[in-house]
Amino acid sequence: MTKDESKKFAGLKALLAVLLAGSLAVFAGVAQAEWKLNLQEPVTDLARRIYDLHTFLTIFITIIFVGVFSVLGYSLVMHTRKRGHKAADFHDNTTVEIIWTLIPTVILIAIAFPATIALVNQRDTSKPDLTIKATGYQWKWGYEYMSGDATGIKFMSVLSTPRAQIENKEPKGDHYLLEVDNRLVVPVNKKVRILTTAADVIHNWSVPAFAVKTDAVPGFVRDGWFKAEKEGIYRGQCSELCGKDHGFMPVVVEVVSEAKYAEWVVAKQTEMLAAADDPNKVFTLDELVKRGEKVYATNCAGCHQPTGKGLPPAFPALDGSALVKGSKEGHIAIVLNGKSGTAMAAFGAQLNDADIASVVAYERNAWSNKLNDVIQPAEVKALRTK
Amino acid sequence: MQASHDAHAAHHDHAHDDHGHHGRAPGLMGWFTTTNHKDIGTMYLWFSFIMFLVGGAMSLVIRGELFAPGLQYVSPEFYNQMLTLHALIMVFGAIMPAFVGFANWMIPMMIGAPDMAFARMNNWSFWLLPPAGTLLVASLFVPGGAAGTGWTLYPPLAVQMGMGMDMAIFAVHILGMSSIMGSINIITTILNMRAPGMPLMRMPMFCWTWLVTAFLLIASMPILAGAVTMLLTDRHFGTSFFNAAGGGDPVLFQHIFWFFGHPEVYIIALPAFGVVSHVIPAFSRKHLFGYTSMVYAIAAIGLISFFVWAHHMYVTGIPLTGQLYFMYATLLIAVPTGVKVFNWVTTMWRGELTFETPMLFALGFLFLFTVGGLTGLVLAITAVDIQLQDTYYVVAHFHYVMVAGALFSAYAGAYYWLPKWTGFMYDEALGKLHFWTSIVFFNVAFFPQHFLGLAGMPRRIPDYATQFADFNVISSIGAFGFGFSQLIFLWVVLKNIKGGETAPAKPWDGATGLEWTLPSPAPYHTFEDAPVIKDEHLAAAH
Repeated sequence: MTKDESKKFAGLKALLAVLLAGSLAVFAGVAQAEWKLNLQEPVTDLARRIYDLHTFLTIFITIIFVGVFSVLGYSLVMHTRKRGHKAADFHDNTTVEIIWTLIPTVILIAIAFPATIALVNQRDTSKPDLTIKATGYQWKWGYEYMSGDATGIKFMSVLSTPRAQIENKEPKGDHYLLEVDNRLVVPVNKKVRILTTAADVIHNWSVPAFAVKTDAVPGFVRDGWFKAEKEGIYRGQCSELCGKDHGFMPVVVEVVSEAKYAEWVVAKQTEMLAAADDPNKVFTLDELVKRGEKVYATNCAGCHQPTGKGLPPAFPALDGSALVKGSKEGHIAIVLNGKSGTAMAAFGAQLNDADIASVVAYERNAWSNKLNDVIQPAEVKALRTK
Repeated sequence: MQASHDAHAAHHDHAHDDHGHHGRAPGLMGWFTTTNHKDIGTMYLWFSFIMFLVGGAMSLVIRGELFAPGLQYVSPEFYNQMLTLHALIMVFGAIMPAFVGFANWMIPMMIGAPDMAFARMNNWSFWLLPPAGTLLVASLFVPGGAAGTGWTLYPPLAVQMGMGMDMAIFAVHILGMSSIMGSINIITTILNMRAPGMPLMRMPMFCWTWLVTAFLLIASMPILAGAVTMLLTDRHFGTSFFNAAGGGDPVLFQHIFWFFGHPEVYIIALPAFGVVSHVIPAFSRKHLFGYTSMVYAIAAIGLISFFVWAHHMYVTGIPLTGQLYFMYATLLIAVPTGVKVFNWVTTMWRGELTFETPMLFALGFLFLFTVGGLTGLVLAITAVDIQLQDTYYVVAHFHYVMVAGALFSAYAGAYYWLPKWTGFMYDEALGKLHFWTSIVFFNVAFFPQHFLGLAGMPRRIPDYATQFADFNVISSIGAFGFGFSQLIFLWVVLKNIKGGETAPAKPWDGATGLEWTLPSPAPYHTFEDAPVIKDEHLAAAH
């Protein structure tokens, strides 16, 4: 290398030193924060096995990496022209090739054993103590208890983080984006089988502490299981891109003692009974709009926006919409049945007649849509049977 | 790269060449009508670099939004469009055309052929790309924006998208056609146009990797075309391939997609292996160790790559036996990949190493690709993958394989052959700066993502829980540093085209192969008469 070049390299080295110092400073600056370097703490036997398997694999690949790059490192230092090393002339050795093909093969076979055992265990969803169906919707989870005393309990579980926190207008809370209005409640030390399915697109029900991650495929039922050994609240997130609010549909599971679970079941059943509507009740417009506003905020505002302006063209405006201002029947039908090929879901299975009647009434009377329409649950019921 | 070329070519014509050739037609029309493999190679390389900058800018939108928790700059819908286009553009627009560019430039010069076998089709293969790239970028501006499904385009989400999705489907069709034509060209050229005296088992390793890659492309691109066509008819013509309500299955799409998608990984990786297999021996002043076993390893990787697709689908509910089979098959692919790494390391062992920029990038490739390969081993274990699937661990893994495996290797090749293309030596100091900033910032950007994934941060989310904030800050800083470092390369190339130290025919004393017997820059037409092959021109010493 000429003198001129070495001068250039001096500059280069100085620049690199600055860069390195800079990145170290960044590391040091944030080093006070809490660093999570590993998998979440497991609370099921399966999650613990996987945790250990992962630890073993990580150590194993680190050893291989260090081994290979020590050999390379030695070459990079010793076998250089700078040191006056002259290139040897060898380029083939069948024995060596066979050895470094066979040894990794044997190692991989050895790894396959514990990996197989863990996997077989993971897929064994037989003989559950409790079965719960989780249905993915854009963008919330619906839960339905399928066995035991809780049979028939069903509810929606929606992100409860306030919009203002997401938009940075308020400081973020403790469980930002990982909190819901209704948690899934399960008893401790019971084998819970989760059936997953979806109503619109593929979602994924995932709780890392349980080592459960199962796709929720529309039209099909998949399953997973867990047996939590510790009471507490465990949080996960939808793990399959499902559209706009994929990042905003957490999974929150509360593991409680058996006694507490029994209490919760009774309380939930009472709550459901109280909330059940008399199908023949006649509402006033005011009652409808008030109730409809709440239903709208939970189910519709995500896409059609609180302002009714939507996010066209994917999510059309309802304010001034020809469909909303058209016939009642057409409006109710689309809420009940959805529109295929679009993100408009069929709410017939999610909402009862009174909810649908009130949300339709709300939409027909909110914003600039002052139609003064009253819609009774009976009208919705009539359309359902059609 | 071609700007200075004409003058040199003309000069060359007078000096050595009495065939009286004229080069490309003058002006822009010349570029549209050219059938010269060097012109087309140049266009491929520039196209891929421009797309690389476009896709890179998109990744900075993503990392900018993820710099802090909360929604700052973009809406979730736009975020999804960015991550989709970033991937589609980087895979189909940047990395694949880059290696086709290398193939066009180098394969005829490596095997002593005058041009590619089908020169006019070659022109068409390239000129399909700009419309496809334009379709992808333009889809951002149509009502509803671009596809926001991720590059995997999974239905039923893909059925919900607006016309941006149709544009992406059309773009994929066009890109597929281009790839298939390019592959036919490469296979025919390599099999039929090698100079007499160059047997297959002694041709340059880059040609071997491309030969296998071209077969992978021909076998897998039509499958992708089929998948997106079914998607199109599901969207618009009432079919229900992927709709359970009509008797279809959404997971069927995933099987078809990944039957293409996994070979695709090796379509990107194999030519990268080829480039590195030239650069490492050249700067070690030794022959590539174990040429024959390298060829077998490439062929084995290519073949096995068709039988491991569902390891991308461990959580979709495929049966236990399926999970077990795909786990074992995936582990198996680690064996030939390991063989290649061992061979490269042994090539350097007891060599006479120097560390010019191409060698630095080749070493960077080896280092980072091995990290990506080893985390791939972790992901192959189904039970562990359940915890990592769709988290940032996977994002880290495939960026180590794709960026490090393919991009670093492309840079190694670009620096290695630039003197041959332009006739000038590039600025070594700038090249080294480019390497060191790239490798430092790459690791700052992507290494922390392993930790994010382990802690459970899902991928493809525009906002995240606060415990993930710290590593995301670091990752974003690294991404911006890495992004801007790539402009150094643009600077190097522009400077190199303008001039520099005149490059000799063989600027690297350890380099072997026919391309180095040609003057630098390589004349517009080369090897019109087949060269006489001597032993030292051939790969695989005996």
